[in-house]
Amino acid sequence: MKWFAIILGLVSLGCGARDEQLVLRNVSYDTTREMYVELNEAFAATLDGPVRIEQSHGGSGKQARSVIEGLGADVVTLALAYDIDMIAERSGLLAAGWRDRLPEGGVPFTSTIVFLVRRGNPKGVRGWADLEREDVVVLTANPKTSGGARWNYLAAWGGARRAGLDPRAFVESLYRRAPVLDAGARGSAATFIQRGMGDVLLSWENEAFLARREFADQGLEIVWPEVSIRAEPPVAVVDRMAERRGTLAAARAYLDFHFTVQGQRIGARHYFRPVLPEILRETADIFPEIAMFTVDEEFGGWNEAHRRHFAQGGVFDEIYRPR
Amino acid sequence: MMRALLLAVTALFLGLFLALPLAAIFGEALRRGWGVYWAAVTEPAALAAVRLTLFAAAVAVPLNLVFGLAAAWAVARFRFPGRSALVTLIDLPLAVSPVVTGLMYMLVFGLQGWLGPWLWERGIEVVFAVPGIILATIFVTLPFVARELIPLLEEQGEEEEQAARLLGAGAWQTFRRVTLPNVRWALLYGVILSVARAFGEFGAVSVVSGHIRGRTNTAPLHIEILYNEYNFAGAFAVATLLALTALGTLAARAALEWRTREAV
Repeated sequence: MKWFAIILGLVSLGCGARDEQLVLRNVSYDTTREMYVELNEAFAATLDGPVRIEQSHGGSGKQARSVIEGLGADVVTLALAYDIDMIAERSGLLAAGWRDRLPEGGVPFTSTIVFLVRRGNPKGVRGWADLEREDVVVLTANPKTSGGARWNYLAAWGGARRAGLDPRAFVESLYRRAPVLDAGARGSAATFIQRGMGDVLLSWENEAFLARREFADQGLEIVWPEVSIRAEPPVAVVDRMAERRGTLAAARAYLDFHFTVQGQRIGARHYFRPVLPEILRETADIFPEIAMFTVDEEFGGWNEAHRRHFAQGGVFDEIYRPR
Repeated sequence: MMRALLLAVTALFLGLFLALPLAAIFGEALRRGWGVYWAAVTEPAALAAVRLTLFAAAVAVPLNLVFGLAAAWAVARFRFPGRSALVTLIDLPLAVSPVVTGLMYMLVFGLQGWLGPWLWERGIEVVFAVPGIILATIFVTLPFVARELIPLLEEQGEEEEQAARLLGAGAWQTFRRVTLPNVRWALLYGVILSVARAFGEFGAVSVVSGHIRGRTNTAPLHIEILYNEYNFAGAFAVATLLALTALGTLAARAALEWRTREAV
């Protein structure tokens, strides 16, 4: 009888009181956690009624997979357009033309791929060509599982080509010598920082800034290569899901907020490059100007990049054999 | 000489692979002081995660208790077609990788799965919500009670039960007054194992959870999230809660074994 009462008590605890306030759910990728803590709070302050924004973070591809299988996302804010395309294609929860509904093709912030190196840059890494040297060990995550790592791969490919190297041989040498391929971007950052493996971590620029700040005692340094990729993590409302959850208007307002002066400044504070020209000027001293190419220019879009490089039997499968 | 060597090897092994990591967890958790520790374990998202873990266990374990008893009794006392298949099925969750378990539920309850569209039309959430987490927990804890009971019931035989029946007891009375008291320690042991497994489950739950902070994160998932946020102290602080439940389980087990020996 006593046990029964305990169980009953726990059950009622678990169910909790259902609140009536507006709940928005943002399904995002790994590296936006810190930014959304601040952005969500600022957005909630612009509304009249109370709103609670629930966050789910994980590898971009895994998150897309979950939304396709029914994870109730009002908005998705993922690492690459390909993942949102997949949601549109496989589940029909949002229209294929999702890119045209927001400014800038639904990309509120951009970033790029940089090199994170150890104090004093002991290996003297300056550009892509240095990563081919036998004495330089490069860490990156597995592009099969991590959206961030796909950007790394494509940045390396395009960067090598523009540096006059053979891109295929370059990425092959990179992955052949990688001591470990973590499943996610944060995982490989932890390997580099906590376990002290590798000389260079290929990283999103915002992640590199964050790691440099979080682990100030390690004196990590950021090296910007002469040319890199323009990383464009997009956002979209998952229409059918938001309609059903009765959050469509709020979801749209939430994404619009990303493109306001306030939203852009918050992004920049978390080291994402803003897209509004005025805020870009305001933050010019944080983000060095480097030459950038886009996935569309270099690879003919994400579908093509995926088909050629990451799909089963693609270039990555050909060059990478796990040891 | 032999004894000393064996003891030394055992102690070294346990120290290296058990005590040291355990000490490391507590060390890391407290490295930035009790204040940080306390804040990490009382933060709303952490509390929600712990509560969800307790809740999933509180639903899954009693259900498995009933199922395990029924299945063990059926297997030990009756001969029926498909009996050995049933025994194999009970063992299945031990053989299947937890991630595969999660994917199985996705194939059935996911929006692209068999029942997904039907559930969607009726507004019922299973995966990426609490029911999915409970289902996954039930699946991974299913074998423990039955596996503890079956050998014991078979070993004890049915003489006592037959005697009870001859003396006029009904089936329910026999079960309650004869069978149950005979197996109660094994039963409790099975429950303890189930609880431990339910608390610690990561893989299966990770697939069906959706990782919604404050809603579908269990304690193990919350630890992973904190770790990924570079919040190592917080991650280890919540990990100490799981480590403490594990130590509690060990203590309960030791107490139980002591009681059992007394009873014999």
